[in-house]
Amino acid sequence: MRHLLSTTDLDRAAAVRVLDTAAQMAATQGRQIKKLPTLRGRTVVNLFFEDSTRTRISFETAAKRLSADVINFSAKGSSLSKGESLKDTVLTLQAMGADAIVVRHQASGAPHTLAHAGWTDAAVVNAGDGMHQHPTQALLDAFTIRRHLTGSATNPDGVGNDLAGLHVAVVGDVLHSRVARSNVDLLHTLGARVTLVAPPTLLPVGVGPWPAEVSYRLDDVLAQGPDAVMMLRVQRERMSTAGGGFFPSPLEYTRLYGLDARRLAGLPEHSIVLHPGPMNRGLEISADAADSVRSVIVEQVANGVAVRMAVLYLLLSGDGDTGVPPATGAIPALTSTPATPATAPARSTTPEVSAR
Amino acid sequence: MTTQYLLKDVAPLGGDRTDVLVAGGLVAAIGAGAGDAAENAPDDLHVIDATGMVLLPGLVDLHTHLREPGREDAETIVSGTRAAAVGGFTAVHAMANTTPTQDTAGVVEQVWRIGREAGWTDVHPVGAVSVGLEGQHLAELGAMADSAARVRVFSDDGKCVHDPVLMRRALEYTKAFDGVVAQHAQEPRLTEGAQMHEGVVSAEIGLAGWPAVAEEAIIARDVLLAEHVGARLHVCHLSTAGSVEIVRWAKSRGIDVTAEVTPHHLVLTDEEARGYDPVFKVNPPLRTQADVDAVREGLADGTIDIVATDHAPHTREDKDCEWAAAAFGMTGLETALSVVQQTMVDTGRMTWADVARVLSENPARIGRLDGQGRAIAVGEPANLVLVDPDARRVVVPEEQATASTNSPMRGRELPGRVVATFLRGRATVLDGVPQDDRSSTAGGTPRAAGRVTP
Ligand SMILES: [Zn+2]
Repeated sequence: MRHLLSTTDLDRAAAVRVLDTAAQMAATQGRQIKKLPTLRGRTVVNLFFEDSTRTRISFETAAKRLSADVINFSAKGSSLSKGESLKDTVLTLQAMGADAIVVRHQASGAPHTLAHAGWTDAAVVNAGDGMHQHPTQALLDAFTIRRHLTGSATNPDGVGNDLAGLHVAVVGDVLHSRVARSNVDLLHTLGARVTLVAPPTLLPVGVGPWPAEVSYRLDDVLAQGPDAVMMLRVQRERMSTAGGGFFPSPLEYTRLYGLDARRLAGLPEHSIVLHPGPMNRGLEISADAADSVRSVIVEQVANGVAVRMAVLYLLLSGDGDTGVPPATGAIPALTSTPATPATAPARSTTPEVSAR
Repeated sequence: MTTQYLLKDVAPLGGDRTDVLVAGGLVAAIGAGAGDAAENAPDDLHVIDATGMVLLPGLVDLHTHLREPGREDAETIVSGTRAAAVGGFTAVHAMANTTPTQDTAGVVEQVWRIGREAGWTDVHPVGAVSVGLEGQHLAELGAMADSAARVRVFSDDGKCVHDPVLMRRALEYTKAFDGVVAQHAQEPRLTEGAQMHEGVVSAEIGLAGWPAVAEEAIIARDVLLAEHVGARLHVCHLSTAGSVEIVRWAKSRGIDVTAEVTPHHLVLTDEEARGYDPVFKVNPPLRTQADVDAVREGLADGTIDIVATDHAPHTREDKDCEWAAAAFGMTGLETALSVVQQTMVDTGRMTWADVARVLSENPARIGRLDGQGRAIAVGEPANLVLVDPDARRVVVPEEQATASTNSPMRGRELPGRVVATFLRGRATVLDGVPQDDRSSTAGGTPRAAGRVTP
């Protein structure tokens, strides 16, 4: 694989491989010297057409910990008026010798265009495009879920595991969410069962074929005892357009779809709560829920760095040498090998799933 | 001296083979005696072996964007009509969304004159319904109708006449001069920011949806308005199965409505958007296979009256970018006939006589054109196109006559080839090549040279 544009680019084996690589990367991050020499001399460009300090810093940290040179290129506000600017910007980066371009763009498909229009040889990593995909977010979510729900004393990160048999509820603004799209595809690929929960106005027409169940009622889904509940950010402006609001009021949204202490208390003991951030405390998630012991939201941020290190490493190096000092073993390339069957969505719970 | 053309062994409307003589701007003779008539005439005689070829009345496009005045970097009246001739057209209707807008007698006359001087096809400017296409005040429809351009088709195409009162007034007002309002049916509030058909594909690839109901709701409203005021209505580029049903229902009630479909909606679906290539970004958007099937059926059974290209040339800058930033529209003049052959004739849905109906007779009738869309008969004006249906060609946009390259058919093999186009007896295209050198042809007045690069 040359690029990471969508979680649909990953089959089961490739996805597990990224997560396993991320586990190795995470292991190095507990050490005193966090930096690996792996990408020394390579250049990673963070090309952000949309503000996202957290995602940019996460990629920047990941690249620097792999010893890559990092260029941050913020092009906010200079794009949609005239599309040519995307092309010109990328041609400039190509001339500067970028090896990887991490791109965040408000237009769905912009990373795809960037990767396939013949403008650049660089590997393209989609850091979020419009309402389409945000694959590294889904990978870090899967990494976090796997660690908490399939890890064991001897294998704390659940290395080698997929997410077969787990039930994940994804709650909130699915319609506008690239996080939801990426997660549905990846969770399904990894064998999890996904239920989307949202008011009908915040589900896309055409959601039918998605490999997920759909519910309009959060309490019904929580009663099923999902293993993980992923709350999506709801933008307050979604309800303000006169006649075009997606829900009547923030209060009603919170009442019907917000995760609060009462709903949290009804979940099984092992269930975890995720949120891609930034949170609207008091809207889609209450402070009680966000700060509870079940919440892994802060850990998601840390795991984001490890996952992005893994992605950059696999795209740019992929030669089996992570630069990780011995004792962790070699890491295979991101592209899948025939060793593992590529399709395994519906298999039953593996014996390693012990933490449930 | 005028060149005469003897088309030997040709099949008019795909029927029995015969010989047809084009002379003096007319269809001069048909049948075994046609050759004799030529030999008796003193002029140059150009004999074309048309064995296996089909002769149709010259094609009439009711929906062309020539971009002049205002966007001559994408197309000019000369380059666009030259492309039209290559595609087999002898008349085009130039849409009103130019800069300045074709909303006054002065602008429509200018477009009409440039078209006439270019001489590739007849050019009939479409008048704007509202001043500046802004949907507020009626443009001077009467002045445009009475101008030298004799405008009969009025449209704010590119935008929908969404105000029901303005639409009602336009429908009523155009009755005075037998005009027609051609509606771009798009409910604006339902399509704010819309990028592609709303459905399974848009949900997956995350592009804002353009729902079928936004088209259908306007068509339903407009046919009822047309019935109420007793006016005629034309529906531009109908694209959904539901729209076909509504028009079918309206016609069954006797409402005076006509409808068009574009070549691209006959052949392409929203699946094309998956690669985010903006060449497939068009308005109305490419729909589903079920919609494609429905518009084909509607065209075959006469619910849809015509095929019109909605030829919409755009510069490279407007297409070589991310999807959301790209312009809507695709070229079509030089591939329309082939697409109709592929989807309707080669599939057995229509005959060549039906093709003549939907690409010539009916659009000429809707536009109230006298000399176009006529029968192929002795004494009729020789507006004709000679087609080789057995030819195959791969579309290379850079080799087309249009000044833009945004053809959605790039790299596809299409059946059929326009061999020759005759505008009132003069060959604008011979052997598939536009006849830029006018000195040896009829009329004698040298036309503007146009874009001669292949
Ligand atoms: Zn239109």
